[in-house]
Amino acid sequence: MKRKTFLKSLLGVGILATLPLAKVAHAEDPIIIGEINHYKRLAAFAEPYKKGIELRLKEVNAAGGVLGRPLEFVFRDDQGKPGEAVKIAEELMTSEGAVMLTGTILSNVGLAISSYAGEKGYVYLASEPLADALVWSAGNPYTFRLRASTHMQASMLAEAAAKTDAVKYATIAPNYAYGKDAVAAFKAALTKLRPDVEFVTEQWPALFKIDAGAEVQALERAKPDAIYNVTFGPDLAKFVREGTDRGLFDGRNVYGLLSGEPEYIDPLGDEAPEGWTVTGYPWYDLETGAEGEFVTAYQAEYSDHPRIGSLVGYMTVQSIVAALERAGSTETEAIRAAFEDLQVATPMGDITYRSIDNQSTAGAYVGTTTVSDGRGMMVDWVYKDGADYLPSDEEVRALRPAE
Amino acid sequence: MEFFVAQILTGLANASSLFLVACGLSLIFGVTRIVNFAHGSLYMIGAYTGYSLMQVLPGAVGFWGAIVVAGLVVGLVGLLIEILVLRPVYRAPELFQLVATFGVILVIQDLALMIWGPEDLLGPRAPGLRGVVRIMGEPIPKYDIALLIITPFVAVALWYLITKTRLGVLVRAATQDREMVGALGVNQSWLFTGVFALGSALAGLGGALQLPKGGADLLMDFNILAPVFVVVVIGGMGSLPGAYLAAIIISVLNVFGVSYLPQSTLVLMFVVMIVVLMIRPYGLFGREEVAGEHGQVGEPERPIKPASNTVRMVVAAGLLVLALLPLYGSHFSLVLITDVLIFCLFAASLHFLLGTGGLVSFGHAAYYGGGAYVAALLVTHVDSQMELAFLLAPFGAGLAALSIGWVCLRLTGVYFAMLTLAFAQLIWSLVFQWGDFTGGDDGLVNIWPAQWLKDTTVYFYFTLVIATSGILILRHVAHSPFGYALRAARDSERQAEATGIDTRKVRLLAFGFAGFMGGLAGALFVFSKGSVFPNELEIARSFDALIVVFLGGVKTLAGGVVGAGFFKGIEELLIRFEYWRLLMGLLIIFVVIAAPDGVVGSLRKGMERVGLRRVEDQ
Repeated sequence: MKRKTFLKSLLGVGILATLPLAKVAHAEDPIIIGEINHYKRLAAFAEPYKKGIELRLKEVNAAGGVLGRPLEFVFRDDQGKPGEAVKIAEELMTSEGAVMLTGTILSNVGLAISSYAGEKGYVYLASEPLADALVWSAGNPYTFRLRASTHMQASMLAEAAAKTDAVKYATIAPNYAYGKDAVAAFKAALTKLRPDVEFVTEQWPALFKIDAGAEVQALERAKPDAIYNVTFGPDLAKFVREGTDRGLFDGRNVYGLLSGEPEYIDPLGDEAPEGWTVTGYPWYDLETGAEGEFVTAYQAEYSDHPRIGSLVGYMTVQSIVAALERAGSTETEAIRAAFEDLQVATPMGDITYRSIDNQSTAGAYVGTTTVSDGRGMMVDWVYKDGADYLPSDEEVRALRPAE
Repeated sequence: MEFFVAQILTGLANASSLFLVACGLSLIFGVTRIVNFAHGSLYMIGAYTGYSLMQVLPGAVGFWGAIVVAGLVVGLVGLLIEILVLRPVYRAPELFQLVATFGVILVIQDLALMIWGPEDLLGPRAPGLRGVVRIMGEPIPKYDIALLIITPFVAVALWYLITKTRLGVLVRAATQDREMVGALGVNQSWLFTGVFALGSALAGLGGALQLPKGGADLLMDFNILAPVFVVVVIGGMGSLPGAYLAAIIISVLNVFGVSYLPQSTLVLMFVVMIVVLMIRPYGLFGREEVAGEHGQVGEPERPIKPASNTVRMVVAAGLLVLALLPLYGSHFSLVLITDVLIFCLFAASLHFLLGTGGLVSFGHAAYYGGGAYVAALLVTHVDSQMELAFLLAPFGAGLAALSIGWVCLRLTGVYFAMLTLAFAQLIWSLVFQWGDFTGGDDGLVNIWPAQWLKDTTVYFYFTLVIATSGILILRHVAHSPFGYALRAARDSERQAEATGIDTRKVRLLAFGFAGFMGGLAGALFVFSKGSVFPNELEIARSFDALIVVFLGGVKTLAGGVVGAGFFKGIEELLIRFEYWRLLMGLLIIFVVIAAPDGVVGSLRKGMERVGLRRVEDQ
């Protein structure tokens, strides 16, 4: 009898699963893109990203869509779990009729989808995950990446750091892959430019569980000339507050990876750190050209300012539209081929998806933080083209063992 | 020297919130025996409520007033949770309430998201306490000093309440012997409600007090949970001085760990917990659990018997229906059912430990993820054949289970459960930290099955055969002499020993066997997804299985499998809604209240009541 209930429930699941049977595409049907993200787990990051996508979708469909068909995104939540994301990827491609996949912020989820996409032959545009492995050591022909990677952004900060007299560096980064990559990339890039620098301490707080007081004491004890920070989210807030109180940042150069992005610096309010060299997104200064138009359009649509995620979401749709138009069809192989050396005009300027490693040349804004009007902002910023911060072609080929 | 003093002061200040939250949890456990997993959520509500109040209440009075009011508000929330959710399930089997509190976590997560939005909130500064004072030349934030003063004050107030008041006498009496307190005419339900509300208020106070050192965010409920449980266990469950001492030990050690072993931040507290439990199996100030004190609540377990012919026919028919799925189901339904089958096997392996063995493991994901990692490591590092990696995975997991079981089985009850959790965390952090070998949290990718298994339909059949066989073997073992010995050890250790059963050996073997089967599920998992990440070893994964086993029914043989199939299926449906966690949480709470014997147990009883089924054990 107990077995009967077991079977009934299994059967029930089976029947439910058969309900959304594969839809057959017609010419007038929308072209569907599968979007997988951590809408709950990282809501503060995923929501602006989704808004950026929806803004561009609205514009595209108002102008007649792509290939004569409307464009549609199916948004699905993976709870930040790689296994879950892989299952959703399969469902989107086989049951929902998606022509390609995009999304994720967390690198490990991006890597899981990428591996699956490579095996099954689905095109995957990794919009936000930063891991270098995505296009290099674990790269495959079906995975493309939009954002400037950890290596690229860390190299930009290392370049700025190399221009100072500081020789003793301390690092603090969350104890997981992104943090480790970010520190390794910064160390490698800086040592290359300045062989005389020395790293006096490395701090590895557990992600989102920082013991800020203790970390600040440990950093202070090493008496560094400069500090390289990779912490973010609630960790960054706690670190900045303790560090400011205890005078850790006084008279020291501080470099913050992503610390200038609105997602990271906005929650700090008027306690945002001053004088840090950071990568970020100075939307408040962008008034002209494509970058300014995007900010204006976004503010008009949502009465809220764009975050870096909003821009990435917007550029994701632009990239996909460009690829579909270049492919002239929705066949996987055509889309994949179209992404290679694809040029896209974006608010950040023209970017190219390099055929050598499927990485786009989107860059990042580098500037110095300050506090004005009660919030953290970047001043003296410049946009750095991503193409200038990628390794040489020979190095890249060696980094992609699969090809 | 100056540096040491500064570090110790930082550690003591950090201990403050931790102690408040932990002593609330300890108090609740001591009196009601509820392992309250929603305690982190109460802490989170305290932080959010405090934040909102500080926005409207002005000045220093407003700031401190907001903290006190936040504590009171959370106390009220605790009161409601106790009356609405926990009171109906006190008579349910041991630890069943834990599942109810898990439902509460899900509900509170979504409610907090609805009310306060997704952005992290930076806590306001305490008025007048910005900046530092210099102690021996080292800067110490003023608010740290304030915390150093407040915590002992609260601790002394609690000590007074517990040792000098009538309420305290009742609480202590109830901690020692609940039934006796009831027999002496004390209204237990109000005592329970009061203690739960007090414990909740302390958690809320802790959440609001830490605001100037951090803030409020949606991840803080789970983040505080592990350290708080570690503190309570090290201190001895139910002991307030223990919680205080343990909070200080953990916080101060953590500060030193940060300075001298920066990589240790993930594991330090779990290592401390394991060491303490090895030396003092019931924590620093805990007492040995008196046998029978909170043993089997509710009716005694029914004897199990082999399935009847009708049942066997139905099972066969059901399997046939499943086997024909590729003929009528969509491509994705195969992927989905493969997932469900793997999860059923995982849950069944835990159910064997829990139901048949009576061993509550909080760390079963160690063997599931362990099996997946063994296979993935073999493929990645020695380029092993998929078939070989698949075969070796369960053995690797079984071996891990045997060695962990060998250590953990020295303890019983909640301490045993917490020790299995600590070891699971150790394995998780090993995998997480050892990036060069395990890929860290970037995981191991490109772990695909052999050519003949690559097709989704073929892999579905492969999973169907392996998972069904695994579940049948688990069931068969329950009926074997080994299963009888295991159940004897569960029901009465002394009598089992008297009849010549080596209970420790039997339990250890059962632990290893369950780990083996968990590892098999993990191996199926890794080749179906093509990648594995440390989250398959996480506490959350262990609890996925734990919850479906409890909801399915611990005291029935099919409980694990039915629970897994049923709830995995429902989750697949609910996840399409925006606030699915709220719905899932409410569903869990509903099932806990409506079906205290689990889905299977309650169905069986219901059918007996209406006469559809013979009452079998009369």
